Amino acid sequence: MKKRKLNIAVTGLNAIDSPGPGVSVIRALREASSFDVNITGLSYESLEPGIYMHDLVDRTYSIPYPAAGIDTLLARLEYIHEKEKLDVIIPNFDAELYPFIKLEPKLKAMGIHMFLPTLHQFEERHKVNLNDFGRKYNISVPKSKVIYDLNTVHSLPSEFSFPMIVKGKFYDASIAYSIEQVKSYFNKISAKWGLPIIIQEFIHGTEFNVTGLGDGKGNTIAAVPMRKQYITDKGKAWGGISISDEKMLDMTRKFLKNTKWRGGFELELMKNKDGELYLLEINPRLPAWIYLAVGVGQNIPEALVNLALGEKVTPFATYDVGKMFIRYAWDMIVDREEFEQISIYGEL
Amino acid sequence: MSKIRYERPVIKKLETGMPNKFGTRTEYAPMTHIDGVSVKSLIKEYGSPLFVISEKTVRSTIRKARKAFETRYPKVQFAWSYKTNYLNAICSIFHQEGSWAEVVSGFEYDKAISLGVDGKKIIFNGPEKSEEDLCKAIQNDSLIHIDHLDELYTISELADKSKSRPRVAIRVNMDTGVYPMWDRFGFNYENGQAWDAINKIMHSGRMELVGLHCHIGTFMLSPFAYGIAASKLAELALSVEQKFKHEIKYIDLGGGFASRNTLKGSYLPGSDTNPTFDDFAEAISSALLNSNFKQDNLPLLILETGRALIDEAGYLLGSVISNKRSSTGRRNTILDIGVNILFTSFWYDHKITPAQSFTQYSEDTCVYGPLCMNIDVIRESASLPLLNRGDQVVIQNVGAYNMTQWMQFISLRPHVVLIDMDEKPHVIRLRETLDNITGMEKVPEHLANFNK
Amino acid sequence: MKLRKNVAVSEAGLLFNPVTGESFSVNPIGIEILNLIREEKDPEQIGRIILNKYTTDQATFEKDYYDFIGILEHHNLLESHEETKA
Ligand SMILES: Cc1ncc(COP(=O)(O)O)c(C=O)c1O
Repeated sequence: MKKRKLNIAVTGLNAIDSPGPGVSVIRALREASSFDVNITGLSYESLEPGIYMHDLVDRTYSIPYPAAGIDTLLARLEYIHEKEKLDVIIPNFDAELYPFIKLEPKLKAMGIHMFLPTLHQFEERHKVNLNDFGRKYNISVPKSKVIYDLNTVHSLPSEFSFPMIVKGKFYDASIAYSIEQVKSYFNKISAKWGLPIIIQEFIHGTEFNVTGLGDGKGNTIAAVPMRKQYITDKGKAWGGISISDEKMLDMTRKFLKNTKWRGGFELELMKNKDGELYLLEINPRLPAWIYLAVGVGQNIPEALVNLALGEKVTPFATYDVGKMFIRYAWDMIVDREEFEQISIYGEL
Repeated sequence: MSKIRYERPVIKKLETGMPNKFGTRTEYAPMTHIDGVSVKSLIKEYGSPLFVISEKTVRSTIRKARKAFETRYPKVQFAWSYKTNYLNAICSIFHQEGSWAEVVSGFEYDKAISLGVDGKKIIFNGPEKSEEDLCKAIQNDSLIHIDHLDELYTISELADKSKSRPRVAIRVNMDTGVYPMWDRFGFNYENGQAWDAINKIMHSGRMELVGLHCHIGTFMLSPFAYGIAASKLAELALSVEQKFKHEIKYIDLGGGFASRNTLKGSYLPGSDTNPTFDDFAEAISSALLNSNFKQDNLPLLILETGRALIDEAGYLLGSVISNKRSSTGRRNTILDIGVNILFTSFWYDHKITPAQSFTQYSEDTCVYGPLCMNIDVIRESASLPLLNRGDQVVIQNVGAYNMTQWMQFISLRPHVVLIDMDEKPHVIRLRETLDNITGMEKVPEHLANFNK
Repeated sequence: MKLRKNVAVSEAGLLFNPVTGESFSVNPIGIEILNLIREEKDPEQIGRIILNKYTTDQATFEKDYYDFIGILEHHNLLESHEETKA
C-alpha cells in the first residue's frame, strides 16, 4: 500500500551550537512509517542551517518574528499555505508558541493542523508560576519566590539557604553564594529581561531530562528520560543516554494526567542525593535531542502529527535503554546565491 | 512624463537576524485614511501635528465592553474616567452611551456638572476633595468615595451641619498578586483598615454606605487579579450585611484594563497578548456570581475603565521634519511630535505607520520629537520605511491620557479633531494661540516697556 | 570616486563584495546610482538624472546622495582616495 503524503511545515531550523529542534524533528518525520512527507521549512534568519539541507527540507520560507504581531504571521502563513497546501505545522520555539496557539483555530479553519498546549497550560507552566504549579498538581518543585524589589532581597536568607539561584523571567540563571551576589545578579538580569526576578532554591544533584507527548486527555503517549553526558558551555546536551527510571516516568505520567497536557514537551528534572526528584522547568515543545527518542523506538514527532490530524495513536509501551546520542557539527558548502535568495526573497 | 515617487537610496548589509522584506512587510502597512477621511486632507486643513479621534471607534469600543460584561452579569454600569480624556465632546459621547462620570478633583467635578451630568451619577474619587467640593457633592447627592480617615471625619461633620445623609463608599486597597501594589490610596483590606473604616461609617450613622470601591492599578495584564479584587470586595460587602443588616448597593472595581498598546520592553505586541474585555469580564463576573450574594440581590457592578475605552480611538498625525544620521551611523528621524503632546511614549512603543504607501525597503530608525531636550524620544527603535522630509505619519492608540497630561511646553498644543459617525471632521479643541497663553500672564508695572 | 572594481551588483538589488565576503541589499534607486557611479558620472550629472526622473528637489537629493556615499565608504565599497590617485 502506498503511504499517504503529508505536507508538514517545521520551524527551528537553527541546528547550531545552541540548537533548535527543527532538523531533528524533520529527520524523525522522514523516518515515519505511517506517512511520507514533503517538508516546508519556516525560518527566521538566513543562516539557519536547515534552510540549506536540501535532502531534509524541500523548501524554506522565512516568516516574521513573533514581535511583528499575529496578523503579520497569519498573512505570511496564508501565502505559504497557498503554495504548499500544508497539512500540519510543528512550531519548535518557545517564543513563537504564543502566536501559534492564538492562531490555532484560524489555521484549523484553513485546513492546517497543530498539536499544541492550550494557552492556559502554556502560561501555567511558566517559570514565574512554578511554585503554584507544583502545589496545584502535587509535583515537587524547588522552592522559589518571585521578587520585584531589590529591598526584599535582605529577607531572603530567612527563607532560602545559600547558594540560591537567581533567574530571569525568560532566560538567564546564576548561582549566588551571598547577598551581594544576589543583588548584583538581580541588577544584571533585571536590566536585561526586566522584572520580576525569580529566586530559586538550589538543589544539589544530577540533572535529567524527559521528553514526551501528551494527548490532551491526560494520557501518556510517549516518554523517554535521558541523562546528559556532555554539556556545552551553553548548557546544552552534546551527548546523552536513555535511561530507565520509574520515578521519572511516574512523575511524567503524573504531570500529563494532572495537567492534561496537550502536545510535546521536555521536563527538566533534578535528582538530589537522597534520590528525590524535583521538576525544574517545563519546556512546552520538543527538545533538540528528540531524535534520541526516535532512536530508542518512540517516534514522537510522527505520533504528534497523527494526533494533530485527529487520529488514534497507541501509546508507546517501551524504549531501548542505554542508547546514546552524540551530536556533531557538519560544515556544509553553500552557494552565496542561495543565501542571497533566502535573504532577499524569503524563499528557497 | 510624470515623475516617479522619490525614495532615498539605501544599502543594507545582509546579516543573519535581519528580517527580510517578507518579515516586515505588513508591519508598516500605510494608514492613508481614518474613518474614510484622508490623513493628507486632515493635515492640510488642520495642520500638523494633529490629534484625531474616531467617534465610531469610541462608540464601538464602549459597546463591546458593555456587551462583554452585560452578557455575563445582570447589573453593570460604566462610569467614564474623566482624567483619561476629559474633552467635552468625548465625555458627551460616553454619557450618550449611558456612562456615568468618574472624577477625581473639583475641576473634573465642575466639568461634569457643567456638561449636564446628573449629580447622582457622578462618582467622586481621589485623595484631594476640598470642603467646598464635598459640600457640592453632598448637595448634588453624588457618590463620594472616601480615601482616608481625615476625609471620613470631614464628611461626617459636613453631613451633620447640612442635615443630610451623604451617599459614600470607601476605597479599598489590597493584595491581588500584582506588582506594584497600589496601597497609597484608600484603606487596606488585609490589615483591617477597610473593615475599621466601614465600622466607623456605620456607627456614625451620618452617612449611607452605598458601595465599595477599588482601583488595583493601571494597564493591568492579569484578569485574574480582578477576580481576586472582586472576591475580596464581595466578602467585605457580605460581612457588612451580616453585621449591620445593611445592603451594599454596588461594587466598583475601578479602571485599569490594558489597552491594545505595547508596553516598552515587551517582546510580543500588546494587540496580540493583552487580555480582552471578555477576559476581564469573565474573571470579574465569575468571582461575583460565585460569591455568597443571593441570586436576586446581586450588587451593581461599576467599572471606571479609562484607557482601554479610548486609546484605540485616538490618532496623532505628524510630519517628518528631517532625517539624520547619528555619530554611530544610526538613522534618526525627527518628527514634529514631541513627548510634550505624546506623554505616553514614556511607557509604550507606539505603533507608527506612514500615511502614504512605500516600497518594502526599511531602515531601523530612532524617532525623535522636535523639542530641544534629550528625553524627547518617541521610539528608541522602529523599523520604518524610507520616509522623506514632509512625509506624514500616523501614531496609533494615543486616545488615553495624552489629551489631559499634555504640556504646553516650547510650542502650542495642536487642534483635536473628532471624525463623527458620518465621517465628518469637527474641531473639538482649538489649537492654542500665543494670546491664550500670554493672556493669563501679568507683567508688573516696573517690568513693562524694557525698551525705554 | 569609484566603486571597487570587483564589486558585483545584481538586477535583484544584491551587491557582493568579494574582498570582504559581505553581501548587501540595495533599493532600486540605489542600484541606479551605483550604476551611474560605475559609468563614472559625477555627482552633478547624477543629480540631474535623478531630479529629472523622480519627484524630489536638489537639496533633498544632495543630502541623501552624500549620506548614501558615506555608507558606501563605511562599508569599504569605494576605492579610497590613495588608490584613486595612484
Ligand atoms: C480611581 C480611578 N478610576 C479609574 C481610573 C482609570 O484607569 P484606566 O485608564 O487605567 O482604566 C483611574 C486612573 O488612574 C483611577 O485612579
